[in-house]
Amino acid sequence: MTIPIDVETKHRIVVVLLWLAALVALAVLAFIIAVVLWNGLPAVTLSFLLESPRDMGRAGGIFPMVVSTVAVTLLAVIVAAPLGVGTAIYLTEYTSETALTRVIRFGAECLAGVPSIIFGLFGFIFFVIQLGMGWSVLSGGLTLAVMILPTVMRTAEEAIRAVPESFREASFSTGASRWQTVTQVVLPSALPGIVTGVILGVGRGVGETAAVIFTAGSSLHIPTSVFSPARTMAVHFYILAREGISMRHAYGTAAVLVILILAINTAANWLMLRFQAKQG
Amino acid sequence: MTVARREKAIERALLVSALSAVSMLALIAAFILIEGAPVMLRHGISSFLAGTRWAPTKGSFGILPMIVASVVVTLGAMVIAVPLGLSCAVFLAEIAPRRAANFLRPAIQLLAGIPSVVYGFVGILFLVPLIRENLGGPGLSVLAAVVILGVMVLPTLIGIAEDAIEAVPRTYKEGALALGCTHAQAIRRVILPAARGGIIAAVILAMGRAVGETMAVIMVIGNAAIIPCSVLDPARTLTSNIALEMGYAAGDHQKALFATGVVLFAFIMVLNSIATMRIVRGRR
Repeated sequence: MTIPIDVETKHRIVVVLLWLAALVALAVLAFIIAVVLWNGLPAVTLSFLLESPRDMGRAGGIFPMVVSTVAVTLLAVIVAAPLGVGTAIYLTEYTSETALTRVIRFGAECLAGVPSIIFGLFGFIFFVIQLGMGWSVLSGGLTLAVMILPTVMRTAEEAIRAVPESFREASFSTGASRWQTVTQVVLPSALPGIVTGVILGVGRGVGETAAVIFTAGSSLHIPTSVFSPARTMAVHFYILAREGISMRHAYGTAAVLVILILAINTAANWLMLRFQAKQG
Repeated sequence: MTVARREKAIERALLVSALSAVSMLALIAAFILIEGAPVMLRHGISSFLAGTRWAPTKGSFGILPMIVASVVVTLGAMVIAVPLGLSCAVFLAEIAPRRAANFLRPAIQLLAGIPSVVYGFVGILFLVPLIRENLGGPGLSVLAAVVILGVMVLPTLIGIAEDAIEAVPRTYKEGALALGCTHAQAIRRVILPAARGGIIAAVILAMGRAVGETMAVIMVIGNAAIIPCSVLDPARTLTSNIALEMGYAAGDHQKALFATGVVLFAFIMVLNSIATMRIVRGRR
């Protein structure tokens, strides 16, 4: 009679430990967000967002960094989204499993695992030096595009695969060509999933430092064209914090970054849930 | 006729975009290698990899301290991340009520979304003083990097491990429960062994993340280019070596940073290949 009780107790201990592990992970997340927002939010005012930095960032605001972040990330998405979605369409609609698709998938998996500092090195030597783009929004955006390509591609592929086969059959039976089926039937139903992937890519781009600092540069001015150097918010925050320029402004920038990431992730999640609900 | 030709052209365009990821990977490998390999060969591969003196302005390019630091920090991070991450994965897949899981899953993904510079910042402000005051040493240390990385790789580890656990057929668990196992026993004796391949892949991919993490590590590890003797010593990883000096390096010094990138890239490719093969084999 003692053995079953013992096993039961063991089971309870395991369950308690597992709950504890989950709570630890949550607590770490809550701690980081709370610390950043608590110390950072007081610094975030409208003028902080809309003014240029003065005295290397000790005073003034972060307006040029907001513009730079938007410009670099937008460029990355404009380049990565068509490529990623094109890849996903090719893999799902135009080919079956072959050696080639295995190579394509393996390449994407590996690209997803490449550390951001390697993207930084590559972007520096390829876009900045070889292609002569210099430290610019263009170099930074293209480097980020390569970096977020696997994210966009993988999510788009999953979303397209989730479109029921009967949709395609119905479309083909009306005499539609493959491409017509893709653009009129498959893509519209997969759109929320695809957008989710793009939003996740935006999130990665916004928070990235190592890949951007050596490609977009760290100019404090508002970029006027894609060839201007730029300093994104994450890079600005890194420089403020590491060189100890201003704790107050570092915290403020971090708070803006974290709020942005929270919003981006919430949007992606909401879309994903809605998409899954629709797929039923 | 024109429709057929247009369809063919579209298919070709899609194939080209499909090859973008692979070609980018090849391009990255090629450029890092072209920039990094010559300086490595000129100074001798063994003196580059096994040299302990990094004095790039004086022509000494030994990166053994960085290799040791990267390996130690990565393995250390696993000591924290594997038990915690696996427990979370099991919790999500087996224990958590639906609503708790639906809350926890996006929260963990959010952990992945927080920029690495923010982790480094929080590390400097809270973890580094904590270590300095309670354990001694400068605080900026291997231990600080281990803790930060242990947290940062959690989302990777949890996501893939949870997928692996959920891929175990329900019948396995039902069989175990029918034989009189408790749920905990079924998890330990049946579900986890069945999901082993995917779990190992999760750990290896998490190691890849840890090896490659840069900004957070730079901020908390102290960056001294010497082989650390204890976890409380400062050290410098391969990634932080590159990021610290890229800003001002020129000539052979810059090439040596690319050579550091070659070593890092090799590490990552080996880890990723093992993990990808495991995941693919697991799917069959």
